Amino acid sequence: MLFSRFLYHFGRYLTMMGTGLARPEKGYMYYKETMRQMNDIGIGSLIIVGLISIFIGAVTAVQFAYQLDGTLVPQYYIGYIVRDSTIIELAPTITCLVLAGKVGSNIAAEIGGMRQKEHIDAMEIMGVNTSGYLVMPKVVASIVVIPMLVALAAFISIIGGYAASVPTGLLSHVEFVQGVRSFFVERNIMLMFIKSVVFAFILTSVPAYQGYFVKSGSIELGRASTNAVVLSDILILLSDYVIAVLFT
Amino acid sequence: MIRAENLFKTFDDHEVIRGISSEFLKGKTNLIIGRSGAGKTVLLKLLVGLISPTSGSVWYDNVDFFSLDKKQKRAIRMKVGMLFQASALFDSMTVEENIRFPLDMFTNMTKKEKLSRVDYCLERVNLPGINRKYPSEISGGMQKRVGIARAIVMQPEYLFCDEPNSGLDPKTAIVIDELIKSITVENNITTIINTHDMNSVMEIGDNIILIHEGVIAWRGDKAEVLRSDNQILQNFIFASPFLQHLREAALERQNELTLRMDKK
Repeated sequence: MLFSRFLYHFGRYLTMMGTGLARPEKGYMYYKETMRQMNDIGIGSLIIVGLISIFIGAVTAVQFAYQLDGTLVPQYYIGYIVRDSTIIELAPTITCLVLAGKVGSNIAAEIGGMRQKEHIDAMEIMGVNTSGYLVMPKVVASIVVIPMLVALAAFISIIGGYAASVPTGLLSHVEFVQGVRSFFVERNIMLMFIKSVVFAFILTSVPAYQGYFVKSGSIELGRASTNAVVLSDILILLSDYVIAVLFT
Repeated sequence: MIRAENLFKTFDDHEVIRGISSEFLKGKTNLIIGRSGAGKTVLLKLLVGLISPTSGSVWYDNVDFFSLDKKQKRAIRMKVGMLFQASALFDSMTVEENIRFPLDMFTNMTKKEKLSRVDYCLERVNLPGINRKYPSEISGGMQKRVGIARAIVMQPEYLFCDEPNSGLDPKTAIVIDELIKSITVENNITTIINTHDMNSVMEIGDNIILIHEGVIAWRGDKAEVLRSDNQILQNFIFASPFLQHLREAALERQNELTLRMDKK
């Protein structure tokens, strides 16, 4: 029963995404919509991403300073740990989990509202490929913008780590910078971008699916929005594990 | 012309449409009437192709709509305009952007040509100069008229209206009815209106079908409504004692006139 429900939803999801890949009716309209989405998702998420990133870095630095205190591990390792943990894991994963809540619920509510108010039917009757016009620009925009946000998040996290450790005397400026510059593996940056692209795809396409097939009623819309966030979060963590297994 | 052939539609175990066949004539206002839950909206959605029938077919002139592939269906849809019950105007767009949307999406017209077409459509629905307003800034009746303007902007051959008068006062409802009627005649298009508004039935009902429990219970035109002794129709149209009294008075008057004509 559960498996057949999964197959039903997965099939419908694939059909929606497949239909969305059809050639756009008018490239300029899709381009305009993609730009609008980039602005909404990218610029619209700057403050929240910046805020959480500062604290991610700060907490990581303070936590590891406490863990390493009294051990033989050199202090500069704190800078190294802050850098690698944010780049490999915290920046892409935490940022995308937060974006799944902010952007994902917004997408589910927006498309779901359009479904309930018959906007999608109106577009269908005009001849618009609705899964193409409503879903694909969001997916493309997020795949372009979210890796940028994640890179910014990683950078701000490192600054957050610095702010929480150097001025408070946990370690010196030289030690932190030495740590940040030690044992750098370029491949980790690639890993961060792979994760952010995969997570971006999940956190837009899953909520879009939830909104696109919403039934009538405000309770259904609320449920779709909740499901969108919960499912996106689970899938982000699952894919995080898969990527970790595959690439490390 | 649009033709429905032996349409059936079942949701789970519930058969909503049960073998409906009908022709919807070009240049006429074709009305689908019936009580709430009779299957009118489902029938309209089947006719416009928003949902697929369990069995049966819908013909746009000589083309079987549901046998077409997606691309061909889109080509047919370019000839379709629809006015929705709640207008379905895009909230984030101005009136002008709403009406211009199909032109932006499907035509290669210049900006000037598009604006001139939008202005023409707004004038046609008697709403010139509201281009910059948002749907939330205009009344329900105006939203319906903007919905009509958007529906006719691509010069459709088929116009569908889902409860065009719902939520409107009687006077505004008459304006909308007259507008739909005149657009239908002027452009010689096939118009299908789903309604349970009595005024619409008596004013613009060129070709009426009454749906009852998923089947056609009566068909005719507005002139036949008064004379028909179909009980389902009479119970639906003249639901209140006041309306029944009006019908009897109208029939008496009609008989008197007929007798006078016979004597002469």
